[in-house]
Amino acid sequence: MISTTHQPATELGFLLHKHPDRVQSFPISAGTAHVFYPRATERECTAALMIELDPVAMVRDRRDELTQYVNDRPYAAGSQLAVALRAVFTTAMTGRCDARPELAAQAIPLTIRVPSLSARAGLDVVKRLFEPLGWTVSGTVAPLDPEFPDWGESRYIDLTLSGTVRLADALRHLYVLLPALDGTKHYWVNQDEADKLLRMGEGWLSEHPERELIAKRYLVHRRVYVNYALERLAESDPDEVLAEPLVTEAPDQPQPLAVQRQGAVLATLRGAGARRVLDLGCGGGALLKVLMSEPSFTEIVGLDVSARVLDLAERRLKLDRVPEHARERVTLRQSALTYTDPSLSGYDAAVLMEVIEHIEEERLPAMEHAVFSVARPGTVVVTTPNSEYNVRFETLAAGAFRHADHRFEWTREQFRSWASAVAARYGYAVRYLPVGVEDPDLGPPTQLAVFTAKEAAA
Amino acid sequence: MKLTIPDMSLVALVGASGSGKSTFARTHFAPTQVLSSDTFRGLVSDDENDQAASKDAFEALHFVAGKRLAAGRLTVIDATNVQAPDRAALIRLAKEHDVLPTAIVLDLPEQLCVARNASRPDRDFGTHVIRRHRQNLRRSLKTLQREGFRRVHVLRSEEEVAEAEIVIEPLLNDRRELTGPFDVIGDVHGCREELEELLAELGYVAGAGHPEGRTAVFLGDLVDRGPDTPGVLRIVMDMVERGYALVVCGNHEQKLVRALRGRRVQVSHGLAESLEQLAAAGDEFRAKVDSFCDGLIAHYVLDGGKLVVAHAGLPERFHGRASGRVRSTALYGDTTGETDEYGLPVRQPWARDYRGNAMVLYGHTPTPEVEWVNGTMCLDTGCVFGGKLTALRYPEREVVSVKAKKVWYESIKPLLPPEDLPPSATRHREPATLELADVTGKRVVQTQHHGRVGVSAEQSAAALEVMSRFATDPRWLLYLPPTMSPSATSTVEGHLEHPGQAFAEFRSAGVQSVVCEEKHMGSRAVVLVCRHETVAPRRFGTDGSGVVYTRTGRPFFRGGESDALLARVRDAVTAAGLWSELDTGWLLLDAELMPWSLKAGQLIADQYASVGAAAQAALPVATEALASAMSRGVDVGELLARTEARTSTVEAYRAAYRRYCWPTEGLDGVRLAPFQVLASEGAAHHERPHSWHLALAERLTAADPALFTPTRTLTVDTTDEDSVAAGTAWWQELTSAGGEGMVVKPAANLTRGTRGLVQPGVKVRGREYLRIIYGPDYTLEENLSRLRERSVNRKRALALREYALGLEALQRVARGEPLWRVHECVFAVLALESDPVDPRL
Repeated sequence: MISTTHQPATELGFLLHKHPDRVQSFPISAGTAHVFYPRATERECTAALMIELDPVAMVRDRRDELTQYVNDRPYAAGSQLAVALRAVFTTAMTGRCDARPELAAQAIPLTIRVPSLSARAGLDVVKRLFEPLGWTVSGTVAPLDPEFPDWGESRYIDLTLSGTVRLADALRHLYVLLPALDGTKHYWVNQDEADKLLRMGEGWLSEHPERELIAKRYLVHRRVYVNYALERLAESDPDEVLAEPLVTEAPDQPQPLAVQRQGAVLATLRGAGARRVLDLGCGGGALLKVLMSEPSFTEIVGLDVSARVLDLAERRLKLDRVPEHARERVTLRQSALTYTDPSLSGYDAAVLMEVIEHIEEERLPAMEHAVFSVARPGTVVVTTPNSEYNVRFETLAAGAFRHADHRFEWTREQFRSWASAVAARYGYAVRYLPVGVEDPDLGPPTQLAVFTAKEAAA
Repeated sequence: MKLTIPDMSLVALVGASGSGKSTFARTHFAPTQVLSSDTFRGLVSDDENDQAASKDAFEALHFVAGKRLAAGRLTVIDATNVQAPDRAALIRLAKEHDVLPTAIVLDLPEQLCVARNASRPDRDFGTHVIRRHRQNLRRSLKTLQREGFRRVHVLRSEEEVAEAEIVIEPLLNDRRELTGPFDVIGDVHGCREELEELLAELGYVAGAGHPEGRTAVFLGDLVDRGPDTPGVLRIVMDMVERGYALVVCGNHEQKLVRALRGRRVQVSHGLAESLEQLAAAGDEFRAKVDSFCDGLIAHYVLDGGKLVVAHAGLPERFHGRASGRVRSTALYGDTTGETDEYGLPVRQPWARDYRGNAMVLYGHTPTPEVEWVNGTMCLDTGCVFGGKLTALRYPEREVVSVKAKKVWYESIKPLLPPEDLPPSATRHREPATLELADVTGKRVVQTQHHGRVGVSAEQSAAALEVMSRFATDPRWLLYLPPTMSPSATSTVEGHLEHPGQAFAEFRSAGVQSVVCEEKHMGSRAVVLVCRHETVAPRRFGTDGSGVVYTRTGRPFFRGGESDALLARVRDAVTAAGLWSELDTGWLLLDAELMPWSLKAGQLIADQYASVGAAAQAALPVATEALASAMSRGVDVGELLARTEARTSTVEAYRAAYRRYCWPTEGLDGVRLAPFQVLASEGAAHHERPHSWHLALAERLTAADPALFTPTRTLTVDTTDEDSVAAGTAWWQELTSAGGEGMVVKPAANLTRGTRGLVQPGVKVRGREYLRIIYGPDYTLEENLSRLRERSVNRKRALALREYALGLEALQRVARGEPLWRVHECVFAVLALESDPVDPRL
């Protein structure tokens, strides 16, 4: 709902190109948008845009993308509302008004109410996005379910914006920021969308202190692969493993931790004289990239349990574009550490970089057997977080893990007792290295163990 | 003239160009059995006579021959084969696939060959070529046997060729025609008293065999170490002579023959005792023993290929094959070349990797207790070392043992029962070895009840990730429940699903009696519970009291909570007396776990409650705005009415999901509603009627009413209108009180109808409940009419396939089959679940 107290208020009808005494309806994708005026007096005029989505048609049309069949789209203000805004108020958004040109160019007092704004990021982010644009922001967050207060807050905010703003700008702010806050875009993002963002953001986005956040969130494709099947199977978000860690950067480190980790692994592999190397749990291929740039590795095999992640790695490494001799050194393949895979035997080294903590502790023996007994490379490099160090991450809640998919995080003692037992059981020698700048009391942020097969060492 | 050829042989035809090899091959073999060098030349070069293509042609020929031999198919090589190096390649190929090479030589006069070639316009090479072929052939004739051809047949004239008749001879190890029943007996090692006792225990009568016509099968190593090798041999040789027994050769028999023949052998491992005892038994007996032991076959394939016996075991690729390495593997096993701390050879764990269908019984390595490993069992329980002499009854799979009278021979390596082993030796149990190849790629699982069920590579890939990242240990994961289809879409006003459809469907499938079970709104849970802590290590090869997992194999609880819940289930099973009644140490229950919010908490918050919150934030504001506009005279009446209607359906929607949520604290508030006893030791219970299952569930409820929730049921006769009406009324009552709905099942449980397997259950969900599936507004007629276009066919087909896979898994568990065979079925259920079928069904 957009209201103005600019006198005469009914002139809002001219600016919006919609008559205050009529209700007008416009077809939009999977539904209808209605414009009507709950109030239209000289002193105050309010225009309302309401969309009615057809839930049956919506599921039918978009079965592949909307993974949930009952969803908030018919009720929430998000990307669909933005699309409707543009469909219904196309001319108003350009700022053109032949009947009242001077009014269209003028900032007028406006109040905008979005009763069910979808904003997972919360009211603070909403304020950070709207306030620099001259809006006064107020809002209340709806509870998930008033009958179950334990469940906490929902992602919906009854939002009121007030300020003195040109109407065309106000509409454009909404057009860009509603989907940015919503986070679930209901259509695919392409170059077109980026152009649209530039057009709609003209004159205000480039000066906005949060412009990067806005652009990222507007253009973000929340999921590169909507893997509906997997989601059903996993009974939860299978992309947890792809999610960003809750903390990435350890304090007081000269370089990002991930880079130091890759460096330490590389140094260990070089030290072992490894030429044929397995990257077990290669994920998106960060380590593979480092290994590929080292000609001394003649064969590099990246394995992951997730076929989607391997696709991602293949694209990130641009394997279709590297020269043939380089391409031949690298293989990507799906495998699972809880199953034995005899084709992995005979390699010089295997790396498990930040992998074991993604395996349930009760399943570790299966992994140990598959790696140390069946694959049995000369050298095994394992890295894992040092949980003692977690207190140094200010943003990490006490007792929380660094990543949503971590099944455990170990202290130095826990890691060493596991590693030494594995080494003894399978005939390996083991030594430990710190990764990252060590805290005198808590140790390094990441711990690393190098296992060397006894017959190879002899 | 009869030319005998061993089964699965590689047959090399040898003869000059024009000697009639191709004609001979055509006459005696099927076209697909014959690989001709001319044909392959044509395949790779479009010209059968292009000698420049020979190299490529032979590579391709050898490749195809290799594939045929790997599959155990008789293969005839139609090429001149007059040169030794060409034949050497064939001998190598035969050895590689452990089949016997045979040569058939067509040694026909030169003039005949020349005349035949002259009549063929495409063969324009001169007589000198044929002469050279003939010279090579003559030279070869003397060396063929030495080169490695086990049989050589030479045909010297047109008459001999014309009279030749091919006879395929089964291999000596091929005794598939013997179907038993058998009593397979482990290493005896001269323990005559124990053998007599065991044979008596098995029911054999001395000198008269078994009254029920059973056959004893000895796994070799009858001799050495023990007190009375001649006595054992007398018994066994007599049984073999009378047709009461079969014997495979052990490494000790092999060595004994060499020693008896005066060959230089190291007289150790108890050979001295045998030689001494045999010396006292007289020359005549010794000669008999020599010939008996020398004639022993190294392995047998029995009972249509379902049973294989070999002294030291045998990997599947060697079953029914013949070669030096097959024999040595059968006698000595596949050793790594290393020796252990006692100086004994370290053996390849072939049984751990065994994936064959045939049961393999073997001895050779003394073990304190027999144990099934992937369908194989070692029956050497170290009698001579003071252990036991053990037999397995086949096909009953019953183990029969007699204790050793004393320690007859000191073992170098201690033979101790597991409880006496030092903790370090038992603490680490080898994890279940499932290979990636057991589950990945395109797969087909043979099921008893629904034929072959296929899984695509993509489905396997999705399941691999879920299984590996989220599921419980596969050793616990004996079963996954199938998906369940709703009843066909109803046309009853205001309804998408209605009991009438379900009853009608079962009636037309030929099912008269159905049971309606209340559908609890919780999460499907499979409960594996063990009676004692000693059960899991023995039965499942892992520790713990059991597990409670979801329909995708994910554990519901971790650590202490899991143990606490399982302890209560176990106590209830004990109180209900089910352990002894079902004669089992473990039970697998199919159940519903409540509340729904326990597992689905995140889903409810993110999804169901969110939709409610968004609607409740938006709709009242919209209603108010519309009312204001209306009061101004704007024509929004219809829109207002619609919005008000939507507001009330959202209320109903919120009420629907709230019913299935309640707070839990630890295990307080957790309820379990079991409705089937899926399996117990040695039995799957899918053929017991549902009344049996529900009665057992009731006894559990009686034992612990705070944990177990009963399932309300009603039996309906689908052919009786009153009964059907009563069923409908019952459903209406159930769902109008907030129930999710009901499941209708054939009362007899597993049922076959006119068109194969009948759906094991069909769900009929309540009208209000379906709001959380189809959205708050689904009951509006304009929505309902479109939603009725849904089709349940695909879901139905999927449900049956998953059902059959689940049953197959349970039956394999009941038969004590190896883990990989069970896991294959369970994994396939999960893989099929990735099928993109409409999730609202």
